[in-house]
Amino acid sequence: MDWQAFALSLRLAAVTTVILLAIAVPLAAFLVLGRGRWRAALEAVATLPMVLPPTVLGFFLLVLLGPRTAFGRGITAVLGHPLAFSFSGLVVGSVIYSLPFALQPLVAGFDSVDTSLIDAARLLGAGPTRLVLSILLPLARRSLLAAVVLPFLHTMGEFGVVLMLGGDIPGATRTLSIVLYNQVENFDYSAASHTAAILLGLSVFALAVIYSTSQSRGARRA
Amino acid sequence: MLELALDARRGSFHLQVECRLTSDWTVIFGPSGAGKSTLLRLLAGLDRPRQNEPVQGRIVFETNPLTETARGLWLAPGRRHTSLVSQHSALFPHLNAAANVAFGLRHLDASTRAARVNEMLVLVGATELAHYSTQNLSGGQAQRVALARALAPRPRLLLLDEPFSALDGVASDALLARLQPYLRENAIQAVMATHDVTDALATSAEVLLLREGRLIAQGPAAEVLAAERERIATKLTAP
Repeated sequence: MDWQAFALSLRLAAVTTVILLAIAVPLAAFLVLGRGRWRAALEAVATLPMVLPPTVLGFFLLVLLGPRTAFGRGITAVLGHPLAFSFSGLVVGSVIYSLPFALQPLVAGFDSVDTSLIDAARLLGAGPTRLVLSILLPLARRSLLAAVVLPFLHTMGEFGVVLMLGGDIPGATRTLSIVLYNQVENFDYSAASHTAAILLGLSVFALAVIYSTSQSRGARRA
Repeated sequence: MLELALDARRGSFHLQVECRLTSDWTVIFGPSGAGKSTLLRLLAGLDRPRQNEPVQGRIVFETNPLTETARGLWLAPGRRHTSLVSQHSALFPHLNAAANVAFGLRHLDASTRAARVNEMLVLVGATELAHYSTQNLSGGQAQRVALARALAPRPRLLLLDEPFSALDGVASDALLARLQPYLRENAIQAVMATHDVTDALATSAEVLLLREGRLIAQGPAAEVLAAERERIATKLTAP
């Protein structure tokens, strides 16, 4: 078991999830409460990573963040190192790749909140921030849980974007899925089964948490 | 005093109302689909003028313009000093009754807030419900708490959209008897929409008769609703 890769995957997933929440909560509120014509276009762009092949996204990011573009050269000048083939680069790629997995549950959850409650809160003086914190998030708790768990798991098992953008640098960009790939490539099926079992176990456990909260809600209603 | 001149379209529905409401208690009376709720939502500022739902006109409350489309003025609902209580009480389900009433009182310190919440619950006869989960309230109890929540921030204009529909006649009359002096004492103007003629006749209100989005008549309840009253009397005395 490669504990270093395991710890790196956990760190990547945790950092990505925190950043994603900071982006996805206001963005989902904006999409649900806003009514402009650009809403559909913005939602389409934010959902694009869900349908884009990970290797394609990884390739675009590799080019964008690399020395071939002014943007990549600018970032290198600011940070002192290129984002590609670094942990920070993986975070950027993971945030973009997992954005729909955080955004979609939140949009669905916020959308399901009765508009009369939103109207009542607005009449009582709630601005957008209080609307989100006091009404939308508490009433869409399960969606919030899904918006934490799904991107976390998605990032834990991410392969295409990680390989394209980060390569395979131990301690910096080698995640569990890269380890699994290496183990299979080396015909080490015993180690590969352990690694795969960990990824599988984490996914099952997290999904069980999500579904158990929905069942307890159902039980309370009954 | 509330002055309005509105021309609003919602799909095929067209609302055209121009009037001045000077009474401290006005009833908007009309059948379902007459435009009563649309009018109240426009007064509350909940329906912002949009390209596909155009609104033209102005709403002025006590010399303060709330909406004036000609110069792009539209005050946000929370800045109009207006509260709305609708048929569906719209209580926040994750908060208990007292927390619902306190929702609009964040600007007050904790002790003043608690006192105001208690005062409002006493007014609507719901003190024993303070710590109830809103999901355990009956329809009538929920409407009482919703009324307390709407009154708590001391609005200057109170909009009521069939607010007592879940209360029986006796409870509704008792609540009105407590509410009207409170509104007078605190200089709160009330506008209530109803399709129930007995609700409209229960108060010595000014009545706006609305039909298919048009203002048909305006005046004292006894005059504007004379025909309705006669219809009911005939129905009651018919063999």
